[in-house]
Amino acid sequence: MFPALDSPKWQGVASPYFIGVKAVGSTILTLVLFATYLGIGALAHDSGFSLGWALSSTLFVWAGPAQIILISTLGTGGTVVQAAIAVTLSAIRLFPMVVSVLPMVRTRETPMRKLALPAHFVAVTMWIECSRMLPQVPRERRVAFTNGLGTGLVSVCLIATTLGYVLAANLPELLAAAILLLTPLAFLFSTARNSRQLVDRLALVLGLALFPLMAMLHTGVDILLSGVAAGTLAYGVHWWRRRA
Amino acid sequence: MSSFIGDWHALLILLLAGILPNEIWRVLGLVFGGGIDEGSELLVWVRATATAILAGVIAQILVFPPGVLASIPDLVRYGAVAAGFAAFVATRQSILAGVLCGEAVMLAGKWWLG
Repeated sequence: MFPALDSPKWQGVASPYFIGVKAVGSTILTLVLFATYLGIGALAHDSGFSLGWALSSTLFVWAGPAQIILISTLGTGGTVVQAAIAVTLSAIRLFPMVVSVLPMVRTRETPMRKLALPAHFVAVTMWIECSRMLPQVPRERRVAFTNGLGTGLVSVCLIATTLGYVLAANLPELLAAAILLLTPLAFLFSTARNSRQLVDRLALVLGLALFPLMAMLHTGVDILLSGVAAGTLAYGVHWWRRRA
Repeated sequence: MSSFIGDWHALLILLLAGILPNEIWRVLGLVFGGGIDEGSELLVWVRATATAILAGVIAQILVFPPGVLASIPDLVRYGAVAAGFAAFVATRQSILAGVLCGEAVMLAGKWWLG
């Protein structure tokens, strides 16, 4: 898929960067991201946000789950504080991802400031693809390659956000509804696929089941409560099974 | 909010409720990443809770659908997700197959039931 590790094509910065951009075309996850961001664009439109707002969220938040949580919390009348807490809880998972990706990207001499952009690009897709692709990239070229891959993925998602937003505004009702349905479908299946351990699968199932129950209480923080309860319950089962 | 940017107040909310609470974890990973054990029990709980919050949001979109998704009858929405999940499992976890099947069932269901 890539030039050999000792190929002259890896020389310089621009060339590995563009190899990274092109690598976007070699993964099925790009298609999943595209579908997800079509949905996010449509959701932003139907929740009353501007296109510039939606694009800024894709560029600067760059985490699908956080964007969905943000848009649906604010869109259904949640406060800034509620949205910020839900977003930050969903984003904690970025911490271990960054922690596991950066050692693959850096050399001993790489200064921290050169890792700031690769760290921003880290999200679930980057995490999966870096683990797969970086071993095929010469170590000194990995920062440029990762920046290229990140730029490519963000660009695809900016296009998808725009397209979803515009389509939601102009499509017949049925097709617009189909685009909105992309979000729960794509997230449900990609989360299910990433949940390899029992504790994660349990958290997914309990999270789906607890939210409707919690919503009946009308607390205003249903998502937070059901998420923390379901996650803690799943962790409890995991802890109990390990002890037994 | 028909213009491209909309109001600046909304962008400030994006920064405070979206960008900062999200990016902080990447920055912490960058700065303090060296000393954390990836398999630690705290991270197991964090991952489970993050997964459950996302699951709650998925349920929220399905149970209280935003915008025109509300025009699809409840049974058709739930049926579409169930069918998509069946396709996802049957194809050895193909996300694409699950999404396409779910969408097809929703379109067909809406067409049949009106």
